[in-house]
Amino acid sequence: MCVTCGCSDTDGVTITELTSADKRSRNSRVYRAVDQSAKHGLHVRGHAHSHTHGHAQHESAEVVALHARMHGTTVALEQDILAKNQHLAEHNRDWFAERGILALNLVSSPGSGKTTLLERTIRDLQQQLSINVIEGDQATLNDAERIRATGCQVIQINTGTGCHLDADMLARGLARLDPPSGSVLMIENVGNLVCPALFDLGEQAKVVILSVTEGEDKPIKYPHMFRASRVMLLNKIDLLPHLRFDVERCIAYARQVNPGIEVFRVSAESGEGMAEWYGWLRREIDQQRELEALP
Amino acid sequence: MHELSLTQSVVELCAARAAEQGARTRVTRVTLEVGALSAVMPDALRFCFDACTRNTALDGAELEIVEIPGRARCLDCAGEVTVSRLFDTCGCGSANLVLVSGEELRVKQMEVEECA
Repeated sequence: MCVTCGCSDTDGVTITELTSADKRSRNSRVYRAVDQSAKHGLHVRGHAHSHTHGHAQHESAEVVALHARMHGTTVALEQDILAKNQHLAEHNRDWFAERGILALNLVSSPGSGKTTLLERTIRDLQQQLSINVIEGDQATLNDAERIRATGCQVIQINTGTGCHLDADMLARGLARLDPPSGSVLMIENVGNLVCPALFDLGEQAKVVILSVTEGEDKPIKYPHMFRASRVMLLNKIDLLPHLRFDVERCIAYARQVNPGIEVFRVSAESGEGMAEWYGWLRREIDQQRELEALP
Repeated sequence: MHELSLTQSVVELCAARAAEQGARTRVTRVTLEVGALSAVMPDALRFCFDACTRNTALDGAELEIVEIPGRARCLDCAGEVTVSRLFDTCGCGSANLVLVSGEELRVKQMEVEECA
């Protein structure tokens, strides 16, 4: 366990680096045990404040112990349950900021077309942008292999029984991926419209993907996710002629939950509307670079 | 089932604080505050708690969950309303609401004892 912030390794999580263009998983290096030096290498960079932080914690522990002696057996904690994840997410966020990396957390239900959208985005922009990917799934290397086939660097995190990525898993993935400065990191979260909404990974924005083959009322059925996202990509619009899906009503539902959400109507299959999504991506990258250039 | 990892965080957090009190400290009761709009099901937390506390300093501890109702301030009429969904509107018709409570996910306190 890390003595600074109390973080520990999550059991059952597998991180796989796809090392070559060969799509056979036997050529992948599977790290079951966490590479501690790599993990803490990443960690230490984010721990510039560890001294004051450490002392403050000890003082509060003494106060609590004193409090318990004076007041019997009740120990006041008043601590957020998600504080540990939040703390690690801030490490990741600082790490991205230092390197001018734009990190996006792609969330959706399973089957919305996240991986296809990502493949298309990488292929269309790979001459202009350096894009790297962290894939999250409960099991298999399938998505990472699809992404690897586009020629970009990819790490697969298998969460085992876990239903979401958390900031610690991402930090461990980053230590292996080591994305270059000024690049774009796409994090494809586990397909799930509930749990990933609660776990900040340190990304600049969550991008929720909703396909028109799903219900148009998803934004109000799963309001937490649509509230936490800055962008909604309404995918598979090439299928609209075959479906009863009210696009305007769907967007109205999304804005009811999150008035500021930006919406792009796209088809990763036909390419329709993708230029607008790329425009947003470029604006975000420019903003990230401006932030990095600040003293 | 994010409640499982949340419960694990609760157990880790309480066990670490109990260890600071002394190696023989046992936790007998944990009180959580869970907001009605926090996307967390109290029943699922209770379900996970027994499994997560086994063979820890919290083994056998009782879990108390205080549910905090959702309250929001209306930016148009300045009133305060109770909200049960994230997209509820104010009685004045406005959707321009800022949540003031209901998103809590907090370990409030725990009771400990020295075991012989």
